[in-house]
Amino acid sequence: MGNGLLKGAGRVGWSMLALVMMLSTMAPPLGATASANKAAVANLSSGLRAAYTTYVRTTSRALASRSLAIPAFARKYNLACSACHTVWPELNNFGQRFRDNGYQMGNDRDAPNWRDPSYWPIAVRTTPQFRVETTDHQPIDPAPSEAEITQAGFDISGIDFLMLGTLYKDITFGLVPTLDADGTAGVEAAFVRFDNLGNSPWANVKVGKFELDNLLSEKRFTWLSSNGGFLYAYHYQPAGSVDNYAFGLGDNQIGAEVSGHSLNSYTRYSVSVLATDDGEAGLPTGKSVDAMVSLSQAFAAGGGLGPQRIGVFGYLGHRPTTFQTINGEPIPGTYGDHKPFYRVGATAQLWLGKLELLPLVSHAQDDVALGGGTEKPEWNTALLEAHYVATPRLMVQGRYELLRMSQQADPATEKTFGNADAFAVGVRAYPFMFARTGMAIHGELAMTKTIGMAPLSGTGSGEPAYDPLTAIWSRSLLLAFDFAF
Amino acid sequence: MRLHTRWIAPVSAWGAVLLFVGATPSPMPAQQAHADNVTGHAAAGRPLYERYCVGCHGKDGDGAGDNAQWIDPRPRDFTLAVFKCRSTATGSLPTDQDLYNAVSRGFVSTYMPPWFALTPQNRIDVIAYIKTFSAKWNGGQTATPITIPDEPAVSADGILHGRQLFQDLQCWKCHGPAGHGDGPAAATLTDSKDNPIRPYDFVVGSRFKCGSTNRDLYQIFMTGLDGTPMPSFADLMQPGDAWDLVHFLRTLQPLASPEATTWRAWLTAHPGELKPIGPEGTQ
Repeated sequence: MGNGLLKGAGRVGWSMLALVMMLSTMAPPLGATASANKAAVANLSSGLRAAYTTYVRTTSRALASRSLAIPAFARKYNLACSACHTVWPELNNFGQRFRDNGYQMGNDRDAPNWRDPSYWPIAVRTTPQFRVETTDHQPIDPAPSEAEITQAGFDISGIDFLMLGTLYKDITFGLVPTLDADGTAGVEAAFVRFDNLGNSPWANVKVGKFELDNLLSEKRFTWLSSNGGFLYAYHYQPAGSVDNYAFGLGDNQIGAEVSGHSLNSYTRYSVSVLATDDGEAGLPTGKSVDAMVSLSQAFAAGGGLGPQRIGVFGYLGHRPTTFQTINGEPIPGTYGDHKPFYRVGATAQLWLGKLELLPLVSHAQDDVALGGGTEKPEWNTALLEAHYVATPRLMVQGRYELLRMSQQADPATEKTFGNADAFAVGVRAYPFMFARTGMAIHGELAMTKTIGMAPLSGTGSGEPAYDPLTAIWSRSLLLAFDFAF
Repeated sequence: MRLHTRWIAPVSAWGAVLLFVGATPSPMPAQQAHADNVTGHAAAGRPLYERYCVGCHGKDGDGAGDNAQWIDPRPRDFTLAVFKCRSTATGSLPTDQDLYNAVSRGFVSTYMPPWFALTPQNRIDVIAYIKTFSAKWNGGQTATPITIPDEPAVSADGILHGRQLFQDLQCWKCHGPAGHGDGPAAATLTDSKDNPIRPYDFVVGSRFKCGSTNRDLYQIFMTGLDGTPMPSFADLMQPGDAWDLVHFLRTLQPLASPEATTWRAWLTAHPGELKPIGPEGTQ
């Protein structure tokens, strides 16, 4: 038994080491020089700054809160984290069904008046960490100098206060105030949900600020580093996009969602009508609506840790291109002449024994007016994420994602401009697991290669290289204690 | 390359530490289970048990998981192989299908949720593993479900007869004269492990612990809930008696049912004719 354990551990350890080495060889040589496109760069890079501002702002917000592992529910129902999570915070099908049913388990322990008076529906999550961020080809003073920038040290993440529970039978609330690491407070989620309308699981309504029904959830996934902690499929916007065009499919949005599911949640749908503010409260860019549709179907096939699920999604959004001003400043809520963009895609959750595969492909298009050029920018993404869930207390993971521009806003722009590749490997171990608290020891190595744009992580100086065809490599190493109480 | 190689050592060392923290050994028990034409294997059920069940039922299946101390009623002790919800005679093992149904359905008024979000294969695999906790399953003998005859039509006479059985068999001593679960003996009841246990309260109208249909209720009378004070009445009642009792008990629930309709009509037509249930009814 002991030998078997050691052999198994050895295999996984060497595999991980081999993967790290393989990824290392794929990196470009450091100190690559700029090519002959310097003249074109000057124009492009100046035009990109506004887009990057949006970019980094969006990304920072996305990274500020990505935590929906809720020990308060474990305390309420006396279930271990592993009952609802493949490894927390990722939901398994039982947890998905619990969520779909309005955070009700289906027995009389759901009722708020059944609870012990000492029960308090609040959990807190944060992640003390040590991290190293390295990004090459970063412009520095004096222009046009470039350098590799390394930022390293002990750090903390933001803090999420997770409050979710039942107000009454089939009426649920969710409230997630957040505190960024710099002390900025925010509201990540705030909604009320009415479940099982007409005594049917197919009719549920949620109103407020909430996560979209993404099968591959960014709020519940197991990547924490700057370069690993988001998906290009969800956050990418082409260079030159208008400054007020903020959108992330992984961001929580404000609106109303109608959703439904079969009793075991194998069949699920959701339709959302959303404000055009990317989750920003106060109707800053209002007067239009976005819409999101997602469908998924699971099949009880194979002998893995869960059913096999496939799904599709589509998001049709609108963003303003004009606004009224006072003293030259935009007046909130007066934006108009909204132009459309869309994201469509397909995803799956597949189990091969203890190996979970999460593929996702998507296609995106922005209106000409949003892209800032003469054509509608279009791009495609594909990713494959793999989790090897050795036990409920140990998971090894890897991910590769690519993004390829298929049409540039400006036809004169190089075809590869804006392309991205992202790699990540990681390990999460849970030294204890019971129905009160949770902690994960987290190790992660993530790398991105972007052409013509700075990485979404915003590390380094957060600027593109002078040469638009130079690939920027950005790397994150994160060692952390991720705990929820 | 210089940058990457300097990261390999710390990442690999970190990974090795995590592997040792999280890994667990895995012996391979050979027990099987069968339900709904699906065969479960204990070896496949073990990781599922350790994911979903171990927190309450314990690593050794003895009902002493980390969370057991906060749970009332206490989790089932699988090492005893005594189960409440069976289709088999009292004192015998349940069928695999009984256990599969229990896992799928969950238990109302306990912390055991319905697990039908798991695949059928997952559920029957878990059942196979649960059977490894007691040697009673090793004999390979197959318990036979009791026969449940067809349900007769609801009638006022049958309900009246059932009511009389409720009185004569002293069901009211635990379940209370009105079915509130507040009979004179209710406060003294314990299960086979001396944990306090409460009789079912018919008036809340929830489903029964072992199902929700009239057939489920019939089965509860005739098999008993092993490990609890609820005995089997198979030796005391004929099938017709049991069905009459089922129909009477339905009238205690605040639900729209044929039994309730029939009973209300009878009460309207016969005001003041009933003797009370309870100690007064025996006089």
